[in-house]
Amino acid sequence: MWEYTDKVKDHFLNPRNVGEIENPDGLGEVGSLACGDALKLYFKLDENKRISEAKFQTFGCASAIASSSALTEMVKGLTLEEAAKITNEDIATYLGGLPKEKMHCSVMGRDALEHAIADYRGQKIQKSEGRIVCECFGVTDLEIERAIRENNLKTIEDVTAYVKAGGGCGNCHDNIQEIIDSVQGQALPKKPQPARLTNIQKIKLIEETLEREIRPALKKDGGDIELIDVDGNHVLVKLRGTCATCKASQVTLKHYVESKLKELVTPEIVVEEV
Amino acid sequence: MKTVYVDNNATTRVAPQVLEAMQPYFSECYGNPSSMHSFGGDVAKKIKEARTAVAGLIGADPEEIVFTSCGTESDSTAIRAAIHSNPGKRHIITTRVEHPAVKNLCEHLSKNGYRLTVVPVDCDGRLDTDFLVRNLSDDTAVVSIMWANNESGVIFPLEEISQTVKERNIVFHTDAVQAVGKIPINIGRTGVDMLSLSGHKIHAPKGIGVLYVRKGTKFSPFLIGGHQESGRRGGTENVPAIIGLGKACELAAGHIEAENTRVKGLRDKLEAEILQQIPHAIVNGDRDHRLPNTTSIGFEYVEGEAILLMMDALGICASSGSACTSGSLEPSHVLRAMGVPFTSAHGSIRFSLSIYNTEEEIDYIIEKMPPIIARLRQLSPFWQDFIKKQPAAVG
Repeated sequence: MWEYTDKVKDHFLNPRNVGEIENPDGLGEVGSLACGDALKLYFKLDENKRISEAKFQTFGCASAIASSSALTEMVKGLTLEEAAKITNEDIATYLGGLPKEKMHCSVMGRDALEHAIADYRGQKIQKSEGRIVCECFGVTDLEIERAIRENNLKTIEDVTAYVKAGGGCGNCHDNIQEIIDSVQGQALPKKPQPARLTNIQKIKLIEETLEREIRPALKKDGGDIELIDVDGNHVLVKLRGTCATCKASQVTLKHYVESKLKELVTPEIVVEEV
Repeated sequence: MKTVYVDNNATTRVAPQVLEAMQPYFSECYGNPSSMHSFGGDVAKKIKEARTAVAGLIGADPEEIVFTSCGTESDSTAIRAAIHSNPGKRHIITTRVEHPAVKNLCEHLSKNGYRLTVVPVDCDGRLDTDFLVRNLSDDTAVVSIMWANNESGVIFPLEEISQTVKERNIVFHTDAVQAVGKIPINIGRTGVDMLSLSGHKIHAPKGIGVLYVRKGTKFSPFLIGGHQESGRRGGTENVPAIIGLGKACELAAGHIEAENTRVKGLRDKLEAEILQQIPHAIVNGDRDHRLPNTTSIGFEYVEGEAILLMMDALGICASSGSACTSGSLEPSHVLRAMGVPFTSAHGSIRFSLSIYNTEEEIDYIIEKMPPIIARLRQLSPFWQDFIKKQPAAVG
C-alpha cells in the first residue's frame, strides 16, 4: 500500500473543481486510457487575465486525482505567466509530498497545465519535436531530459517514476541511461537516431498493413490471417483457412507476411505463429 | 469501522482451531523432532500426523509430502529438481499467466541456457492446450502449469493435460496454491509428478508450504543440509506451522463442500448484483471453469487503485490487477495475456472470498460498489466522452 499524505487522501476523496468548463479559454489534455492515466484541464480567465476558474477530469490512481485537484486550486487567481512557472515539484509539495513511484502524476499535472496555456495562446505542443525513447508509454528524449534536469534524476528508476519511461518492456533502459549520462554531464550526447513509432502507432500500422495488403492476398488462395498480439517487435499471428493446413504456410509467413511488415512498418519486425 | 475482507487469494486469516493447535509447539512442546529423546520424538509423531492430514487433502501418500517454507520455495524446488534430474534436456514449458514464483524462475532459466515455451490463454483465460501438446518434445525437461489462476480464478484442465504430458515421459509440475482447499483434488488420479501448495492460502500461517513429490519421481533437494524430510529438504522443521498446516488441511477437507456451495453462492450473488447495478462492468475469465471463491471484474473507464482506495476507506479489502497498485505501470501480465481491453484492464478488481465471509458482508459490498464506481466515472474524462457519444444507452 502506498503511503499517501493526509492531504493527498483529502484531495482524492474530496476532489476540488471536478468537471468541465464550457467554452474554456484554455484546455489541456494529456495521457491516455491505454497508459493508465489521463487528465483534462480547463481554465477560464477574468477581465484582468487571471485564472478565475479551473476544472479537471482525471482517469487514474489516487495520486493522479489528488494532483489534478491540487493543481486546480494552485492556479486560481494566477496570471498565465505565473501559472506557467508551476513545476511538478510544486504540485507534489502542495500535497505534502508524493511517493517517488507516483511523481509521474505531478508531472502529468504540469504537462496538462502547459498544454492548456499553449492552447490559450494558440500554440500547439508538438510531440514529434522529440524522439520517442520509451515506446510503451510514448515518451520522448526531450521529456526525459527535462525531467532529469528539473528534478535532478540520477537513475533509470527515477526516470520511470517521473515520466513513466522504461516502466513497460524495459527495452529502452540503455537509451535512458545514455540520456541520464549525457544530461548529468558524464558522457557526450550520442548522435540522434531516426524517429521511432510509439507502440500504439506501430500496432495500428501493423493492423492496417494486414488489412490492406496481406489479408486480401492470402484470401485469394482461400487463406486468412489473424493478429493475436504484438509484443515489442514480435508480431504473433494465427493462420486461418487453407493457410492453417498448408505445408508452405511457414514460407508464406516468413517470406511474405514478415517481409511485407518489415517493409511497411519497421525492419525489426519478427512474425511468429501461435 | 469494520473490516470486510475479500482478498483471500492474497492471504487468509489463520483459523482459530489452527492457532489453538499450534500454540503448545511454541512453548511447552519445543523439542526437536530429530532428537533421540521422547520429548523430541513426541513432536515427530505430531509432524507425522500433520503429514497424513496434508496428504489426505490432496489424495496423496504421506511419504510424498515435503514441507517447505512457502509456495515459492516449493515451485523453485520442483522446477530445479526436474531440470537437474534430466541434465540432457534443455526445454521448459509454462504458461503466460503463472504466478511470479514460476514465471520469473522460468524466465531466469531461459536466460541461462534453457529454451522456454510459454503457452498462451484465450480472452477467457483458458489455456491453449493444443499449443501445449504441439510444443512437447523429447528435449522437454519439465512442464509447469498452475492448477487455477490467482487473478481470474480460471481452472485449467489439469487431469487431462497431465496425462498427455506423462505419456511423453516429461516431468509435470503444478502450482496448485490457489486450487488446494477450494476444489477437490485427487492427485493420484492425475499424471502430476509434483504439486506446490501454500499454508497461508488455506487458513494456516504464513511461512509454511508443501511440495508433493510423486513416488518414483527423480528428485534433488533445493536446500541441502540435514536428513529432514527424508533428505528432500534440509533445515529444522518449522514445527508450529507444520502442526498448523495439518489442522488447516483437516479443516479444508471438511470445508470443500461449503466452498462450492455457500461461498460460491455468495460470490455469485456479489458478481450478479455488481453486474446488474453497475453498467459496463465485465467479468474477466471463464465463468464456467472457475474457483468458487473468485471473481475478477473490470470496470470500464476507471482506474483500479482509485477504486481500491475508495473501498479501503469503507473498510473493504480487495485487490486489483491494475498497474498502479503494484508499483508497475502496466496492467498485470495475466490480464494482458487474456487480452482484456485497456478500457477495463486498468480498472479490474479481484474479489476473493472465504468461508469466513457472511452474507451481510457481501450485501455491504454490493451497497458500496455502485456509488464508488459512479463517483470515479464522474471524474473520468473517458467516461464523460463515452456517455456523450451514447446518450441513449447509459444514464
